[in-house]
Amino acid sequence: MSGHDHDHHHHDHDHSELSETQLRVRALETVLTEKGYVDPASLDLLIETYEKKVGPRNGARVIAKAWADPAYRTRLLKDATPAIAELGYAGRQGEHIVALENTPKLHNMVVCTLCSCYPWPVLGLPPVWYKSAPYRSRAVADPRGVLTDFGVALPKDTEIRIWDSTAEIRYLVVPMRPAGTEGWNEEKLAELVTRDSMIGTGLPKSPKDIAK
Amino acid sequence: MNGGQDLGGTHGHGPVKPEPNEPVFHGEWEKRAFALTLAMGMPGGWNIDMSRFARENRPPGEYLSMSYYQIWFAGLVTLLKERELVTQKEIDAGHALTPPKPVKRILSPGDVAKVLYRGGPTERQTNTSAAFKPGDKVRMKNINPVTHTRLPRYVRGRVGTVERVIGYQVFPDSNATGAGENPQWLYTVRFEGRELWGPEGDPTTKVSVDAWEPYLEAV
Repeated sequence: MSGHDHDHHHHDHDHSELSETQLRVRALETVLTEKGYVDPASLDLLIETYEKKVGPRNGARVIAKAWADPAYRTRLLKDATPAIAELGYAGRQGEHIVALENTPKLHNMVVCTLCSCYPWPVLGLPPVWYKSAPYRSRAVADPRGVLTDFGVALPKDTEIRIWDSTAEIRYLVVPMRPAGTEGWNEEKLAELVTRDSMIGTGLPKSPKDIAK
Repeated sequence: MNGGQDLGGTHGHGPVKPEPNEPVFHGEWEKRAFALTLAMGMPGGWNIDMSRFARENRPPGEYLSMSYYQIWFAGLVTLLKERELVTQKEIDAGHALTPPKPVKRILSPGDVAKVLYRGGPTERQTNTSAAFKPGDKVRMKNINPVTHTRLPRYVRGRVGTVERVIGYQVFPDSNATGAGENPQWLYTVRFEGRELWGPEGDPTTKVSVDAWEPYLEAV
């Protein structure tokens, strides 16, 4: 826990840099720690978990495996929670996961119009835009407009299916495997899987995007 | 509640602005606000639906002018003050001024990984059967509770098709008020774009919500 303690000490010399919110968060942490309700070492571990361990590379491994292994793909689409747990990813905000298959005729996109529901074990914590009013308001009413904001243009006759995460089901989009990746192993395939392609606001990279 | 959080279909928020190479947290305080929120769940004793209500239950103008971690932090402060675990005086002073209230457990470092991996499953056992099946037409009820609900305004009164019977799950409308889990059958209900948005709607778009049985009526 030395990291944040050190930061606190450092910043104590210059309160002018700290916003009201920063000061209030620090004040509350001190109060809760002094009262014995939180252990600062647990806070450090929680932060480290979502900064370093749990993030969209987990989801990329799931998608790459689904691309490379037809039996796994079947299990994932049938019941995603245990299929994802096979790779060791489970738990908070991913207790009940459903995988959504993109096809040439159907594009899936996930939103939470009411708050910020997002499949943490496979994607980590949501980006700011996912939690923002522009995305939450327009994803359900003008998905093609939202995709334009992301630089994505789909064929006019592709059906767009929006999944509003209003309950505790968390959705993971399985994008289409890019062409020109025949024979690639899972590790290499995973490099093509972007976070946004698993939300439905992006597409996977193509082989030439990652060619050095 | 018909609050600032219920954003589906509202106008005027501008374009979505993705941030290239976005960090997980923007600054130290976001990390601490996030971790405090997670860590206080255990000693605080509230549930996820109470947390969501504490975040959304504020004037819409205020909700929309806050960043998401500011909303989380404000929700946490509300929950703590409601249960008298901290006082405003203590937050202002930045120090404990009253003895701690007894709490069941706190989150120890050794439990962090275990607790996160376990999560909080919301599926429950039942002997009842679901009233609706895939393919059934249903209308979403026109309800306007001032308390927590997960039925967004943009689908109320609209007719959709049951796509999937998900299971029997904790009902947030009850759980958020402390009235108990009151589990109910949960469905994925799919709507045509034009049913939701009228003739201007995109006919190639379909939208689904996950909705508990008390939100639905047969058509």
